[in-house]
Amino acid sequence: MITGILLIPLLGAITAWLIPSDRSRPWVLPVVGTLHLALTIEAALTPTSPSVGMWLHLDAIGKLVLLSVSLLFFASGLYAVEYLAYRRERPNRLLCAMLPVCLSAMTLVAFAHHLGLLWVAIETTTLTMTPLLYFNRNARSIEATWKYMLICSVGIALALLGLLFLAYSTVVARIEPTLLLEPLVANARLLSPAWLKAAFVFLLVGYGTKMGLAPLHTWKPDAYGEAPGLVGGLLAGGLVTCSFVGLLRAYQVCVAANGTTFHRDALVLMGLLSMATAAVFMARQADFKRMLAYSSVEHVGILAVALGLGKGALAGALLHLVNNSLTKGVLFLAAANIHRSYNSKRCEQVRGALRRLPWSGGLFLAGFFAVTGSPPFGLFVSEFSIISSAMTQGGEWIGGLILFFLAAIFLGMARTVLPVVMGESSRIEHTGYRDRFLTVVPPLILMGVVLMLGIWIPEPLSRLITEGAALLGGNVP
Amino acid sequence: MTSLVDQLIVLVMLINFAALGSGRLAVAIRAVAIQGVILGILPILVHSFSWHLVVITGGLILAKGIIIPWLLTGAIVRARISREMEPYLGYVPTLLIGAITTGLSFVFAARLPLAPEHQGLLFVPAAIATLLTGFIVLVTRRKAISQVIGYLMLENGIFLFGLLLTEAMPVMVEAGVLLDLIVGIFVMGIIINQISREFSSIDTSRLTTLRD
Repeated sequence: MITGILLIPLLGAITAWLIPSDRSRPWVLPVVGTLHLALTIEAALTPTSPSVGMWLHLDAIGKLVLLSVSLLFFASGLYAVEYLAYRRERPNRLLCAMLPVCLSAMTLVAFAHHLGLLWVAIETTTLTMTPLLYFNRNARSIEATWKYMLICSVGIALALLGLLFLAYSTVVARIEPTLLLEPLVANARLLSPAWLKAAFVFLLVGYGTKMGLAPLHTWKPDAYGEAPGLVGGLLAGGLVTCSFVGLLRAYQVCVAANGTTFHRDALVLMGLLSMATAAVFMARQADFKRMLAYSSVEHVGILAVALGLGKGALAGALLHLVNNSLTKGVLFLAAANIHRSYNSKRCEQVRGALRRLPWSGGLFLAGFFAVTGSPPFGLFVSEFSIISSAMTQGGEWIGGLILFFLAAIFLGMARTVLPVVMGESSRIEHTGYRDRFLTVVPPLILMGVVLMLGIWIPEPLSRLITEGAALLGGNVP
Repeated sequence: MTSLVDQLIVLVMLINFAALGSGRLAVAIRAVAIQGVILGILPILVHSFSWHLVVITGGLILAKGIIIPWLLTGAIVRARISREMEPYLGYVPTLLIGAITTGLSFVFAARLPLAPEHQGLLFVPAAIATLLTGFIVLVTRRKAISQVIGYLMLENGIFLFGLLLTEAMPVMVEAGVLLDLIVGIFVMGIIINQISREFSSIDTSRLTTLRD
């Protein structure tokens, strides 16, 4: 099953590369997405055992990550068919071949229990996404691509140094050098504290760069602003989730070491800084796709704070991870529809989207309410549980700051989103773009799931979240 | 054997200065390539023989000594440039900073809680010095290609540290890291080509359209 779930996307990529016609090629994406999602659901529902040598093991955290990534890819793949049919002027071979490769790498991230292999998989997601940022082939997109490539490569290189430090902490501790998660967690108390701390700093900086934690987020607004919507959704929902997994694994080792609270303080600090940065830059954002990047900075901030708080907030963090990735899919796909219809993403030009594109406009509005944590959507539940656990375990001021930033972000985002969606339609010329079945249904599905997660969490999923939180709480996997 | 290893590591640090002080891109590329080859030879010298090491050494020499320099040279030929003109910081100041950071790396490395058998080795200070030199090149140069060279030096520094613990890194992972590096440089080369076509220059200080 492991091989199937990793290989299907790769076979899809080869097929896509070989299909000569730009018109029929995009159909590979929904086919790959459907098969992958079916296998993922099966894998998530069945208890799994680790592979030989413990390198690959789908634990509860991996299952949650795989579920959200696979669902997001399924929706994006379905969406790609109609989107690429509209953008027939651009060759789509690279896009259709690279997206499944990226899916395969993201799947490997969910499976990997060897931290070196995990690093390779995360770096591969960076590389496969780079050419896709340059889909529009203009000066702005090349600038965004260069910044993304250089900043993320350097960041990931520092994460590699962090991994080497982690391995070195085993050398100093005189235990067998390894980067396998299970032995590291089991022997965590023996590891050299100084090297473990150094390792965590570099892993936080490295994976934090790729997640977009402030102040390492500078590439993000450019990349999210210039990437095509479906690539942006996968960047914000998929790649962010994957780099967060890198951080989660390091966190598991640190928690098991049980020596200091240093790693928690660092996470809380970076998280709050990210939320503050998002609040400041969201306020006067003139470009609604760049605005989504700051929303992403905000949510990785929430994730980091929740991880730093620990205990009760851990389950909230995992639920938030799923919610964030699906909601980002809704927002980016709806934003892409609006962008196509107006041929602009400047807020002063785009007005009254609800009249011109009732479905996409409505989804963008609903996505806005969801992403800012309004009830009854899933993010309300996860943010509520994070804040309430902060309040009950002595982090009142952290909880207070989160609430303050959330309010500021809600107001700032509303100032951008409401004019775009509501009001009179601007006089800007109509393009041929209309809401179509296949460009509306995928974000609608994701929105439906986010709504469901706010009202009712299915039993298998809540069990996965509890198990995942237990892994993060220092239990041996 | 140890003295040969030490000489090679000193050479690695001298190459840092060559890359810092040279305005000619071809020279800088060659310097980093030689640095990469030396790093490729080192594992065989410091660890006892195993096929694992032979594979790594072969892969490293091929990647860092041949493929990557070839990709970078191709990029500068296509972009029709040969010199790093007016870096953000002049060559003499960057060389001075490089000298200071190299000195500080020795001070810092001596204070690290290393395992007893690694104390006094040149690996750690050389790793830190190379890493920091890479950073200096990254932030003080304008040309996209020089920034790639800085990134490679940073990677070389990390690799030097990794020599202390080859046992922890299985060959599959090493190969993956190396492959990612090559593909990364390949993609960077293509982007540089596109930048030079779009902006008629690979000066990254021109990449300023996107801002808040």
